[in-house]
Amino acid sequence: MVESRELLSLFEKEKAMKRERFKRAWYRFSRSKLALTGLSILLILIISAVFAEYIAPYPQHAGMYANFKERFLPPSSRYLLGTDHVGRDILSRVIFGYRLAFLMIGIVLSIVLPTGTVLGLLAGYYKGRWIEHVIMRLADMFVSIPPLILALSICAILEPNIVNAMIAITLMWWPWYTRMVYSMTAAVRDEPYVWAARALGMRDLHIMFREILPNILGPILTKATLDAAWVLLMGAAISFLGLGAQPPTPDLGTMVSEYMVYFPRYWWMIIGPIVGIAVLIMALNLLGDGLREVFVGE
Amino acid sequence: MWEAAEVGVSVIRHIKKIVKSTVFKRAIASLLALFGLSLIIFTLARIMPGDPARMALGPRAPEEIVQRYRELLHLDKPIYVQYYYWIRDLFQGKLGISLASFREVTVDIAEFLPATLELMIFTAIIQVAGTLIFGTLSGSRPGSIIDGALRVFAYVGICIPAFAWGLILQFIFSYTLGWFPATERLSPGIRVPRVTGLMTLDALINGNLNAFVDAVWHLFLPSLALALGAMAQEARILRSAMVENIGKDYVLTFMSHGLPYRTVYFKYALKPSLVSTIPVMGLDIAALIANAFMVETIYNWPGLSKFGIMAMFRKDLNGIVGVVLVAGLVYSITNIIVDVILTLVDPRIRHGGG
Repeated sequence: MVESRELLSLFEKEKAMKRERFKRAWYRFSRSKLALTGLSILLILIISAVFAEYIAPYPQHAGMYANFKERFLPPSSRYLLGTDHVGRDILSRVIFGYRLAFLMIGIVLSIVLPTGTVLGLLAGYYKGRWIEHVIMRLADMFVSIPPLILALSICAILEPNIVNAMIAITLMWWPWYTRMVYSMTAAVRDEPYVWAARALGMRDLHIMFREILPNILGPILTKATLDAAWVLLMGAAISFLGLGAQPPTPDLGTMVSEYMVYFPRYWWMIIGPIVGIAVLIMALNLLGDGLREVFVGE
Repeated sequence: MWEAAEVGVSVIRHIKKIVKSTVFKRAIASLLALFGLSLIIFTLARIMPGDPARMALGPRAPEEIVQRYRELLHLDKPIYVQYYYWIRDLFQGKLGISLASFREVTVDIAEFLPATLELMIFTAIIQVAGTLIFGTLSGSRPGSIIDGALRVFAYVGICIPAFAWGLILQFIFSYTLGWFPATERLSPGIRVPRVTGLMTLDALINGNLNAFVDAVWHLFLPSLALALGAMAQEARILRSAMVENIGKDYVLTFMSHGLPYRTVYFKYALKPSLVSTIPVMGLDIAALIANAFMVETIYNWPGLSKFGIMAMFRKDLNGIVGVVLVAGLVYSITNIIVDVILTLVDPRIRHGGG
């Protein structure tokens, strides 16, 4: 019985240590004002995107809606960012645009992150075997061209809409994760703890996911935050060029290209979506920088 | 005679060195990767539902003509046969007939690519010059006003996508202030016979200084829009590398030996600092071939995007594959050039050490 109590206290100790480590990480993160600013902006944006129906001043203006009496109105207290070419409130559309932006970031990253990580782990762990060559040469093919061009082509070959834009970005994005996870895995695969696990007779899969992965998770998550900004930029660029979301979808990039037609006469129309994109990217970058300090500074 | 032979031997030795070099290996690797990419995109383009011939000729074209068109483009054969034809044509320098313009894709690309290349070159010049100026200025006085301004600018610069920069600059400098033209490559009325397709170079070849100035005038805003975001970040990287290197012992040694500050700073501290800046810069410059798509649309620039976007909207498969390949080629070549430059700057790479 003594052993079990000892074991229990050991368990408690480890739990306390984990809590302590988290506290320290949070302390390091919270010391940076910029990172905290980024996190709070991001939270505000996420909340307003989730509750867009209640927060947007004119929720019905997001999609199909026209009121030609009030088109091209400059910003005023009634329409904070003005109205567009069919009389819709631009601020409401930007808020609904955030919903699409977060949806896109969420879906793309939740597919790319696991896929890229698993492939990278496999390639890094089985370095020198055929599996490494297959995965890495495939990844090389996708990075031998700027992501935007291939994403645009895939959107065009499929059908230009927002779902296919997500598919295209997903297809473009996994190699960058795979390459990063690969090099990190390859760097730690000869560390003593990996050898120890192997000596204990653990299976390869266990070593990969329970021993190696937790040790390289920090940088992966940091990259995910910074990459969320890139996914947003890429989606905005695809939509801006007309191969992503189609009007009247309230997508930020689509809005810029829609309103550009009336540029420069009704120049205030493009301010809303552009500032919308910029604020979200800034929040993500600030947060990513803060996370990097926490994980990489360790 | 003897000297000629010596020259020959040294040339052969040089070639051997090149073949062994990493740059050559990378060139081969990226060629292979591009080849694989062509296979992927080609397959993707052919297995998609929809009839490209019908799409190109429109719904009203008689079935007979559509059928003949299919045969002409081998669209009626299995996919591996199509790929065989495509590769065979590729080695003859042909990329197939565009379904959108009914011309050889290579002809179309040769017409539109130079404008994009010119834009890329000018952007690269602005980017490099701006990085050097702002990086060294703020690196020499950390904490100064310039340094603070650069810091803020770097944060703002990364948040604003290239197309937004394009619109903002266009609004301020051409529509409001009227300092720069808003669209096109040349003012109406000025004509330059096409030699290379690079407008500035053509103007110089023709000795038309007026047109040269006009072309540069038109290039300025789109290049700046493309350069700004990347430039701000690169200047930050250069700045922090400079600050780090200035504090090193060897710089102190130079100073104590009485070398002028300027020499130490711009020669001995700048060069190692560039080593960390150039790879980032290179990636950004190579990615211009894609980012140019956004800015060219705004400035109505007759570049690769004009053909590319048209091909994409018309589902012109040959055109899309051609644009992907050419963009990949430009991307890879730019990356290799940057590698060579890095080798020249960094003696550690040149001599294969550390």
